[in-house]
Amino acid sequence: MRRSIVCRCEDISEEDVLKAIRSGYTDLEELRKKLRIGMGPCQGRVCIQLVAKILERETGKKVGAMKMPTVRPPLIPVSLGTLASEDDEKQG
Amino acid sequence: MKNKADVVIIGGGVNGCSLAYRLARRNLDVVVVEKGYLTSGATGACGAGIRQQWSTKENASLAIQSVKIFEKLSAELGQDIEFRQGGYLIAVHDSKELEQAEKNVEMQRSLGLKVDVLSPEEIPRIAPLLDVQGMAVVAATFCPTDGHANPFRTTFAYADAAKKQGATFLTHTEVTKLTVRNKAMSSVTTTQGEVAAPVVVNAAGIDSMRIAAMVQVPLPLMPFRKEIMATERLEPLFEAMVISFKDGIYFSQQKEGQIVGGIPIPEERSGFKTMPTFAFLQHMSRTLVRYAPVLRHVNMLRHWTNYYDVTPDARPILGEVPQVKGFIQCSGFSGHGFMISPMVAKLLTDYIVDGKTTEVLENLRLDRFKGGSMNKELSVVG
Repeated sequence: MRRSIVCRCEDISEEDVLKAIRSGYTDLEELRKKLRIGMGPCQGRVCIQLVAKILERETGKKVGAMKMPTVRPPLIPVSLGTLASEDDEKQG
Repeated sequence: MKNKADVVIIGGGVNGCSLAYRLARRNLDVVVVEKGYLTSGATGACGAGIRQQWSTKENASLAIQSVKIFEKLSAELGQDIEFRQGGYLIAVHDSKELEQAEKNVEMQRSLGLKVDVLSPEEIPRIAPLLDVQGMAVVAATFCPTDGHANPFRTTFAYADAAKKQGATFLTHTEVTKLTVRNKAMSSVTTTQGEVAAPVVVNAAGIDSMRIAAMVQVPLPLMPFRKEIMATERLEPLFEAMVISFKDGIYFSQQKEGQIVGGIPIPEERSGFKTMPTFAFLQHMSRTLVRYAPVLRHVNMLRHWTNYYDVTPDARPILGEVPQVKGFIQCSGFSGHGFMISPMVAKLLTDYIVDGKTTEVLENLRLDRFKGGSMNKELSVVG
């Protein structure tokens, strides 16, 4: 069966998103918590706009009027070893 | 919108939703009012742990009985809440901590809990990635039936099951006014209209303070920012939740493979701050790689914050307040609301439907803060 992947980090398809919206999860933050979209290494850069567009199609609410999920630091994955290093200057 | 209900629950976190489910199953007409979306408060930010190893009898017995409910909850609700029992390993760092740990274990065993005191050599058997020297431990306690579950899935499963029983959920709806008539609850006014109800449950997390203040009931809650992080997904490395009261750290590996954990930053004070801090990232990473050096190669992905609603004795405030008949408190969970939610819902349901109370419920009422002595929960992080 063909699947249109919406979230590559968590392997979520368009069908999964539609199913969640149709069972009452009609807010981006709710969908994020239901499906884990935006919780992978890309932090939602790939999926959130796509999910917002599907949500617009389904509910009629404009993407511009939707509240975007809270942005969580860091911007890109950082190793615990780097974060734990004692002296930033000496690390160069 | 509905203009009448048997019970209005304010707050769509795990406690509000589990209570809605239990009450609806007893054929009560329930309306849940949530200002954001379900799990948008402390539930959605929680560390997912389920621990029975507490220092006070109330918390231990609530947690022990909750685990019995958690064990069957996926089947009962018809959705997988990802409950797993990998145990909780509590690090013990010195002789003073060991003395308290032994007292706790004795009390926990008297309640029928299986819990062991481990020597440092036995620790890697539970979680091979731990470095006993780095942890600087003299012992540990371990309870194999502690564990974790997915707070989102649990809350959504409760809400779905409650809806099937006829409960109504109003999300993105704020409470603007509580009306009391003849010292008894009469109605709740929301941004979507007024609902008349003789029983109102205040399960709004830290916002419970603001709700109770609407009817001049002061709640002794303090907001504490808690920061938590998640790493990238890894192969299964360990099953236990590792925790230290002295260092404040706790971490576990979730079903999807990510390591989730938190620690309070030393300078943290009570307040309504929401920004994640760099101090947390450094403090967390340094402590975590000291406990488990191999994790220094692992990427941290996300870091988030929310509040604990902390009471002076770190135990929840439950039950009816003396000032207003039908006004029931369900807050002050002090960071462990998720793990005791099954039993909290049961106790409050028995009270609301049958008028039945228990020793635990009586000991957790708001009036307890009037007396001079306090039975403080000691087994807390932060």
